[in-house]
Amino acid sequence: MKVSHMEITVNDQTYSVDVEPEMPLLWVLRDELGITGPKYGCGIAQCGACTVHVNGYAVRSCQLAVGDLGSSKVSTIEGLGTPDSLHVVQESWIEHQVAQCGYCQSGQIMQAASLLSTNPNPSDDQIDAAMSGNLCRCGTYPRIKAAVKSAAKKLQGS
Amino acid sequence: MGRLRTITRRTFLIGSAAIVGGVAFGTYMAKRPIKNPLLSDLEEGEAAITPHIKIDATGITLITPRADKGQGAYSMQARLIAEELDIDPATATITPGMPGPAYYNGAVMEESTPFPAYEQGALAETVRKFMHVPAKLLAMQITGGSSTVPDGFVKLRMAGAIARETLKEAAAQQTGIARDQLNTENGAVLLPDGQRIAYTDLATAAANIEPVTDVDLRPKSAWKFLGKPTQRLDMSAKCTGTEQYGIDFKLEGMVHAAVRANPGIGAGVESYDATEAETMRGVQKVLPINNGVAVIADNTWRAWRAAEAIDIKWEPGPYPASTANIFTQIENVLDADEHRDHRQRDEGDVEKALKNGELFEATYKVPYLAHAPMEPMNATVLVTDEQCEIWTGTQIPLFVRDHAAKLTGLDKDNVLVYVQPMGGSFGHKLEDTHVLQAVEIAMAMKGTAVKLVWSREEDMTHDYLRPGAVAKGRGTVIDGKVATFDLSVAQSALLPDWFGRLMDMSIPGPDATITTGAWDQPFAIPNYRVTGYRAPTMVPISSWRSVGASGNGFFHDTLLDELILKASADPLAERIRLCLDDTSRKVLEKVGEMSNWDSPLMGPNKGRGVAFCLSFGVPTAIVTEVTNTEAGIKIDKVYAVVDVGDVLDPVNLEAQVFGGVIFGMAHAMNCETTFENYAAQQNNYHAFEGMRLYQVPDIEVVALSNAQKIRGIGEPGVPPAAPSLGNAIFAATGQRIRELPFNKQINFV
Repeated sequence: MKVSHMEITVNDQTYSVDVEPEMPLLWVLRDELGITGPKYGCGIAQCGACTVHVNGYAVRSCQLAVGDLGSSKVSTIEGLGTPDSLHVVQESWIEHQVAQCGYCQSGQIMQAASLLSTNPNPSDDQIDAAMSGNLCRCGTYPRIKAAVKSAAKKLQGS
Repeated sequence: MGRLRTITRRTFLIGSAAIVGGVAFGTYMAKRPIKNPLLSDLEEGEAAITPHIKIDATGITLITPRADKGQGAYSMQARLIAEELDIDPATATITPGMPGPAYYNGAVMEESTPFPAYEQGALAETVRKFMHVPAKLLAMQITGGSSTVPDGFVKLRMAGAIARETLKEAAAQQTGIARDQLNTENGAVLLPDGQRIAYTDLATAAANIEPVTDVDLRPKSAWKFLGKPTQRLDMSAKCTGTEQYGIDFKLEGMVHAAVRANPGIGAGVESYDATEAETMRGVQKVLPINNGVAVIADNTWRAWRAAEAIDIKWEPGPYPASTANIFTQIENVLDADEHRDHRQRDEGDVEKALKNGELFEATYKVPYLAHAPMEPMNATVLVTDEQCEIWTGTQIPLFVRDHAAKLTGLDKDNVLVYVQPMGGSFGHKLEDTHVLQAVEIAMAMKGTAVKLVWSREEDMTHDYLRPGAVAKGRGTVIDGKVATFDLSVAQSALLPDWFGRLMDMSIPGPDATITTGAWDQPFAIPNYRVTGYRAPTMVPISSWRSVGASGNGFFHDTLLDELILKASADPLAERIRLCLDDTSRKVLEKVGEMSNWDSPLMGPNKGRGVAFCLSFGVPTAIVTEVTNTEAGIKIDKVYAVVDVGDVLDPVNLEAQVFGGVIFGMAHAMNCETTFENYAAQQNNYHAFEGMRLYQVPDIEVVALSNAQKIRGIGEPGVPPAAPSLGNAIFAATGQRIRELPFNKQINFV
């Protein structure tokens, strides 16, 4: 059986893990490291609830084998901001009262943060394209759109 | 307020009790003392109340027994209490507490009467009140039916007011100043000289005096939190990844379980071979469970992988093997007299009228549908010789407790259910198969906590579905008006099935859900008939957001639209003309005004449709505008008008209507659950996609407040969404689609 000791960096902390290299990053985060902000929704990259940043870009952590991570840096919603020190996207999300059940929102927020870090002033079409891989079953989409736009405005102003 | 209080007194009483270091206020059941669910917090003999408020030196706790599955129930319940208690709800601890029979939901069965919601005469109201009695006797601590607000609106504010006045009385006795000279503000009693005594400092004294129950509820004009835009109390946690859902729950030494149960739901296992699975890394045990096989491992992914490696031979399912066979059985009962379940509406002379003039006839169909909440079913269970502890998101905590007691052989009092925040439900968490599987596994692992998480595939292939249904519509028109409307609906009965699972009892008589959302609509048509036919129970079915109205809203309104167009009448004007209820008519008029219905849509290939449904007491009208593009239908704009009476939280109301409209349209666009070889075919979101962000139209919501009764808004947005889209598609394309999902016949962009 393949067993692999590896070091991974999550939210600027280094962790030593001993898992199969093919274990998806999502389950390393949730079950091995106790980082539960990224959620399991589908396991097949259809819902985006597990979205994290790898070197700053939005990635579906259910599809990324931990062994393929190499020296890349992972950040999760917990690393984006905290209730006392919110990221601008989280601020907008709260102002727009986006969440209902909230289960998909870690992924939505990570996706939006990734979009805005590369494109601080996205058009409606660009927002649609970037955000349409993230499923929400409660129907928070209208407020997601509004919150992304308002976060973009804040970024322009700052 | 006088009349409200009389009603309130008759159905429940609020009392107080001492707790360690403080006081609790809650529902006291005069005739039937019910054990307090606070367990060790209360002394023996003080177990007569079920608390909504606990105050001790450390702070204030508000207990919100209706479960939060995303609809904002915790915040709303906390705000109802806080409004009268005079505290900032954000400063209190909010918890669902332990389940207890006294948290029964009086309103959940209110609309299970033979009266449509718009009928508010004395007889209808009396019968509705009687429906609180079975709810109480059956100890129905249920979250559902958009009933959290109607059930708690008076009850929770009363609890807050009694607590406030009792705290004032304690301050009065302490200071010698009469109670009517005292005020309250933000968690403290205010003395005339401006001095403040914190509630937490009065808690012990308040526990030792008779509660003050002769209280008046504050008028709407004095509300601080209700009726105003406020922030949901769980918003920050949900936007920072810190909300702890059932799936995030963790105990020291916990193991992870996976199951594979027969996809022929309810059938057993013929044989299985787990040789490979047992050798896989992290696997501790493979064991047979009811209708399936479970794997216990040290990690969720390892448990799932090992479960997939088990070779299982299934027994054939206990229902027809394919969707085609299932629908044949439904079609067979339609309009067959011996299968008639009920006919709650029969006005004029439909048989005669149908022979008078040209007969319009059409058949409609809606599919079975999974709930598919984003958080898959899960439960963490710890069983010992003495007790069984369960951590799970559920809408039915007491039934979970009873079922687990039966399974473990433990006393009900030794089964403890800790309700967790839910990542959605839409009705799936009105069922507890997954919890009982976890209990069964934990019984084999005594002393070790077991967390069972269903994979998405397990979740979507072991759901209790929204029933599929078939309807026949007939009608006639005379002189530009709808003259006859005759709708027959056939489907399996949902409530007897569900009650059977919940309470091990059979419910005799008709099942109103077969025609809910169709028989009870506020229209006056000269010849008007709605009949329900009962198909046999086949695949498992249950409540799905808006229950019977989810399909019947589509049937009723689509048939109405077809007849109106056949009469060459205007779809909105004719609905308004036919409407017999003022509140509903104003909703229709408002949606016309908002959407500029009387002005033509600008641009080519556009169309708009209106639809209406009265469900859960809320008249809801929707206008949808679409464009027929070369690649398919684009939904441009939606206008939605509801009337819930007083709006307690305008921000959350809008969110719930957005959610209802999108939920209704998303499933109508492209979702269905079909069966082949006994198994549900759509096992993940790739095959059950719903609406994606790029497809979401601009939605405008208006809430009117003409209704006399206060209502909940979690569900009413769903039923008219699909027919408004279908009517708009017809307007834009000339194509009438009578079967859901629409994407079997037309594309969406």
